[in-house]
Amino acid sequence: MKEALGTGQLAHRRASIRRALRRQVLGWLLLLPYGGNLAAEEVLVAVASNFTAPMQALSETFQRQTGHDVQLAFGSSGRFFAQISNGAPYQLFFSADQAKPQALVAQGLAEAESRFTYAVGGLVLWSADADRIGSGVETLAAAEFERLAIANPRLAPYGLAAIQVLQALELEESLQGKLVQGENIAQAYQFIASANANLGFVARSQVMSNGVLGSGSAWSVPSALHEPIRQDAVLLRNGLNSTAARELLRFVASEAGQAIVAGFGYVGLD
Amino acid sequence: MGLSEADLTAIFLTLRLASVVTILLLLLGTPLAWWLARTRSLLKGPIGALVALPLVLPPTVLGFYLLVAMGPNGPLGQFSSAVGLGTLAFSFWGLVVGSVFYSMPFVVQPLQNAFEAVGSRPLEVAATLGAGPLDRFFTVALPLARPGFVTATVLGFAHTVGEFGVVLMIGGNIPGQTRVVSVQIYDHVEALAYDQAHGLAALLLGFSFLVLMLVYGSRRRAGTGMGW
Repeated sequence: MKEALGTGQLAHRRASIRRALRRQVLGWLLLLPYGGNLAAEEVLVAVASNFTAPMQALSETFQRQTGHDVQLAFGSSGRFFAQISNGAPYQLFFSADQAKPQALVAQGLAEAESRFTYAVGGLVLWSADADRIGSGVETLAAAEFERLAIANPRLAPYGLAAIQVLQALELEESLQGKLVQGENIAQAYQFIASANANLGFVARSQVMSNGVLGSGSAWSVPSALHEPIRQDAVLLRNGLNSTAARELLRFVASEAGQAIVAGFGYVGLD
Repeated sequence: MGLSEADLTAIFLTLRLASVVTILLLLLGTPLAWWLARTRSLLKGPIGALVALPLVLPPTVLGFYLLVAMGPNGPLGQFSSAVGLGTLAFSFWGLVVGSVFYSMPFVVQPLQNAFEAVGSRPLEVAATLGAGPLDRFFTVALPLARPGFVTATVLGFAHTVGEFGVVLMIGGNIPGQTRVVSVQIYDHVEALAYDQAHGLAALLLGFSFLVLMLVYGSRRRAGTGMGW
């Protein structure tokens, strides 16, 4: 009897220890995502695909400094615009142009005061072939290639700028038959990287980091040959109450943020 | 509805692409389906699975690897260059090759089912009556498998008309060559030209509905006539 009571007590104590342990583990698991910072928030950001690499670098630094959790979605500005107009949960929008953030402000879906130009795009003529491009103008004029890839000028500001460059060089008509269009600048890059197109116009940020060309050969197009590619960011309705979203906008606009942006080949803000 | 000239070009290109692809698929798919339906080979499993793969793979994934394969350094690209065709990406025939891969299961599987449903008995009976192998195939197996051919043709055609991801990846958006209706609609949407997108999408929807309705209607009539 005494013995039975003893084992019963032991079992009871074991069970209570297990319960306590379970509670603690549960507590740790719940705390884990906050990384120690209880004021940390999650920010959901829609980013134009040309800004993929710099945005990843920016958010990495930002997350390290603030403890906030930044979720990035990359894609075409036109698709993001349609999704945001139809209730997508993004809190910030980094567009590839100025028109779409302006239109969102006009629709009451974004905060007018928050809109600012976070980057001015740089255009580059790029080939995966290291010997293809010497002087860009001569390479284009000689036209010794089968396919020249650009982003769709109707959809992508970089595509429009590429057409403006060809017009400025008076080559638009002669090269028309060789143009292939990607739906966005990321696809134009794919066409060239897979060597299906011999060369093409892409964003500097796609092929350069810290001013160094990753591979192939390239010609940095002088910005005088096309209209400036101004890219605006805006705080969306879903982000109005998020301090983290506002902090991220401020960080991108800050000197430290703009230094990161410039490292990826974007022209400085004037 | 206000269709632009570019819209019309896209519509005719799409119909041409779907027709060419459907004809090629019937020519390639019929022997393949016949073999799959009747073989006892160990290869039946792997080949059947290979044919069905596009059902599972996301079209953009398939399209991306087709793009890489069609490039000058890829196996398809080296083959097409070697036989003097150049590289296939950004051309009508590139889209045909991509679509044949992509729509293959939609043609082969109904045909295979139809051949399996015919079974070997009618063929054995025909053989005892003195019909040779080719005669048995064309005068016995093919007519009995007719419902399967109708389904295969419609699905192959419709699936190619609705194709988007693969074309987006290997097309290059060239008017009259690779800018098909689905891409044109996508462009309208991306350019925020929603009115034009609505018009073209409504036309595509109406056309698809009409074709499917005619085929399913005629299949039922044909089916009852044949005692199915």
